[in-house]
Amino acid sequence: MEMPIADARIMARKAAIVRRLSAALPGEAVIDDPAELRAYECDALTAYACPPLAVVLPRSTAEVAAVMRICHEEGVPVVPRGAGTSLAGGSLPTADSVVIGVARLTEVLEIDYANRFIRVQAGRTNLAVTGAVEAEGWFYAPDPSSQLACAIAGNIGMNSGGAHCLKYGVTTNNLLGVTMVLVDGTVVEIGGPNPDAAGYDLLGVVCGSEGQLGVVTEATLRILPKPEGARPILMGFASNEVAGACVADIIREGLLPVAIEFMDRPCIETCEAFAKAGYPEVEALLIVEVEGSEAEIAEQMAKIRAIAERHDPDALRESGSEEESALIWKGRKAAFGAMGQIADYICLDGTIPVSELPFVLRRIGELAEDYGLRVANVFHAGDGNLHPLILFDANKPGDLQKAEALGADILRLCVEAGGCLTGEHGVGVEKRDLMTVQFTPADLEAQMRVKDVFDPHWLLNPAKVFPLEASAGRRGAAA
Amino acid sequence: MSVAGAASSVAAQEAAQATTGGYRPESEEELAGIIRAAGREGRPLRVIGGGTRDIGHPVTGTPLRMGALSGIRLHEPGALTLVVGAGTPLAEVEAALAAEGQRLPFEPWDGRALHGTGGTPTIGGVVAVNASGPRRVAVGACRDSLIGLRFVDGTGEVVRSGGRVMKNVTGLDLVRLLCGSHGTLGVLTEVAFKVLPAPATTVTLAFDGLTEAQALAAMTLALGTPCEVTGAAHVPKGIGDGPVTLLRIEGFASQVEYRAERLSAALANWGTPRLVEGEGDWPAIRDVRPFAGREGDVWRFSVKPSDGPALAASLRRIAPGAEVIHDWGGGLVWALVPEHTYGREALRGMAGHATLVRASPAVKARMGVFHPQPAPLARIEAGLRARFDPGGVLNPGRMGGRADMGKAV
Repeated sequence: MEMPIADARIMARKAAIVRRLSAALPGEAVIDDPAELRAYECDALTAYACPPLAVVLPRSTAEVAAVMRICHEEGVPVVPRGAGTSLAGGSLPTADSVVIGVARLTEVLEIDYANRFIRVQAGRTNLAVTGAVEAEGWFYAPDPSSQLACAIAGNIGMNSGGAHCLKYGVTTNNLLGVTMVLVDGTVVEIGGPNPDAAGYDLLGVVCGSEGQLGVVTEATLRILPKPEGARPILMGFASNEVAGACVADIIREGLLPVAIEFMDRPCIETCEAFAKAGYPEVEALLIVEVEGSEAEIAEQMAKIRAIAERHDPDALRESGSEEESALIWKGRKAAFGAMGQIADYICLDGTIPVSELPFVLRRIGELAEDYGLRVANVFHAGDGNLHPLILFDANKPGDLQKAEALGADILRLCVEAGGCLTGEHGVGVEKRDLMTVQFTPADLEAQMRVKDVFDPHWLLNPAKVFPLEASAGRRGAAA
Repeated sequence: MSVAGAASSVAAQEAAQATTGGYRPESEEELAGIIRAAGREGRPLRVIGGGTRDIGHPVTGTPLRMGALSGIRLHEPGALTLVVGAGTPLAEVEAALAAEGQRLPFEPWDGRALHGTGGTPTIGGVVAVNASGPRRVAVGACRDSLIGLRFVDGTGEVVRSGGRVMKNVTGLDLVRLLCGSHGTLGVLTEVAFKVLPAPATTVTLAFDGLTEAQALAAMTLALGTPCEVTGAAHVPKGIGDGPVTLLRIEGFASQVEYRAERLSAALANWGTPRLVEGEGDWPAIRDVRPFAGREGDVWRFSVKPSDGPALAASLRRIAPGAEVIHDWGGGLVWALVPEHTYGREALRGMAGHATLVRASPAVKARMGVFHPQPAPLARIEAGLRARFDPGGVLNPGRMGGRADMGKAV
């Protein structure tokens, strides 16, 4: 993967730039020591790393604005960073950039149950948002797997989802407003506690923009009353096709489970070996979870069981207790850890029309065989978000490159099947050069025009989202 | 002439033109050619779906009718997805979904009653104005169900954003940017939605005689329970009789029965509700029918729900006789006020915004239809317009940019 050549003129001015930043941000808020900068050289996509010029850790919107003003005046690129959990390299620095980390912006600013929102600083973790309201019986719905660590800022940057978005939607559906610092240091408020913002839906554009348009420092988020209860059922089937048909039937019946998770045989076996969740030996496994009162759950479960019976399930296990529920989820939640035990892996994040699942899985199997690699599949079947895990050996020369090539082929397959390159991880640097598979030059041009408006000199989060070739003219002109 | 009359006569004129003269492209390519030619010749276009929603400033331009780009392109009931030509009648979309026991989640409102228009609402028009009804309080707006679209921008380029899958963060989100942009950034040719199952049973709890403050408290309490209330509205003048507060529950029969009981118990302080089965008064609230055919200007406010009663009081101070309807648990306030009332004034000191949805062109020109934006956001919006429609041919002036009394607020 190629990154633009760092601007030597900026790097030569490092000392002066750091002095200005330190003057604006008192008290250990600027990091420029090369050893300390190493901690910020990458995010969760560890295959690529590059220490930045400096890192700042502001404590307020005003401090972020001060940093942005300085960087704007100095012509220095800025890389916004949430908790650094991006799997797509969304906060990979360049050597001439200043990283703005939101790690110290973690406060709850306002909780308003009557109006059903919470306002937080953007560095607060996803789980800590729910943590602030759960004692009163409320929660924040989007629940990415990394929710213990990931920051709301990154959730907004990548429009994060989670296992429950079939019912509750993704970040953009739960975001009411942001405080954002524009590239020149101007602070804007978009949206707020009222249902929608005036004018164009700029909030919608900012959400999922991967730090291309500004730095979000505060967010107003919708909170929801917690459901009375939830219960999963585990179902095993003889083939991926049958499991896929069962999912379609559940949805056609008018049921709206909060989660429908799918695992294929390689995934089931690895998870079972690791987590001992008691998963049956089947070709395909579904975990379906429903919510509501005891009676509501019972009625939905009866319907789901009846549908499953029509597909001759090899296993059917409804949870009868908290412990059994935990056990059913244990294997699924251990999937990534389990894979990590047996091999290195790349986690992909394509989305496909649910109806294409059997075809796509069959084709992934064929591709994997061609490459001589193993692939295990976890799938949010309700919303079409597929996470193939490509297993490889990092110590074997050429294996990473082979795995990456297979990953690119699988994502191309997702697009061909009517889906997209990324459902919830974002494009970052990882899928940047595949964007032309999904988009025409005119599509990309339209997106880049939006960036031109917010960031005329292309200083924000360089070399992400857009193929370098497509953005070359703009970046060149800006330099 | 009354304001409602003036507004509807303009609309009637537009409706008449809607069937004669102008362009009616049969394909995306043809549309692109029309827009390129218009750009070359500096000739503005007025984009018309069904011509039923007279929202925004009047546009002078050659009519561009979208009715021929019609038809359902894909409906996968098992995947809850629908892809449809932008010119497709809304009724056709709703019928196709209903045949599979599904629906558009956001309950789009129909502008014909309020605006006194004829014609056939199209799905593209719904998206262009982000038309969302009472169920928005539970499932979000049109923009929340929209998962993809195709459009032709002001330079004649065909652009696609999003797709047919409900989880998609590939590239910048132009889907939401275009939704609610009133045809000023591009002309929609195709739209894709996440749809939802239609529930087996609908029950509305109706409380009579509550004050606005009581109604707000009841709605707030209901929306704070896990009963998944899908409509929460208060009509102080009632629909027929006196003040009425409505809370809607949808689901399968036993679920609705359980939730109705639970909610009634939780709301016992406000009396025993009447239970109304079926759609009840929701279509009337959705389409703002209490204000249809009546003299006066109509404003739409988006506020923090708890500010609803204060906003209503403030409106009545400015304009005695002002009537309101509270929807979305209080977050949406429709107001009918005497002609020339600067309704936006009532928002002073509150978070939110006001849109002048129905008024004569002269009043619209004086007051501004859309809420004035702070300078940095206004610059961004102007920048987007300049880049998506550099020649200014797509519905120029529809969203303002004229004299606006709001600058004083």
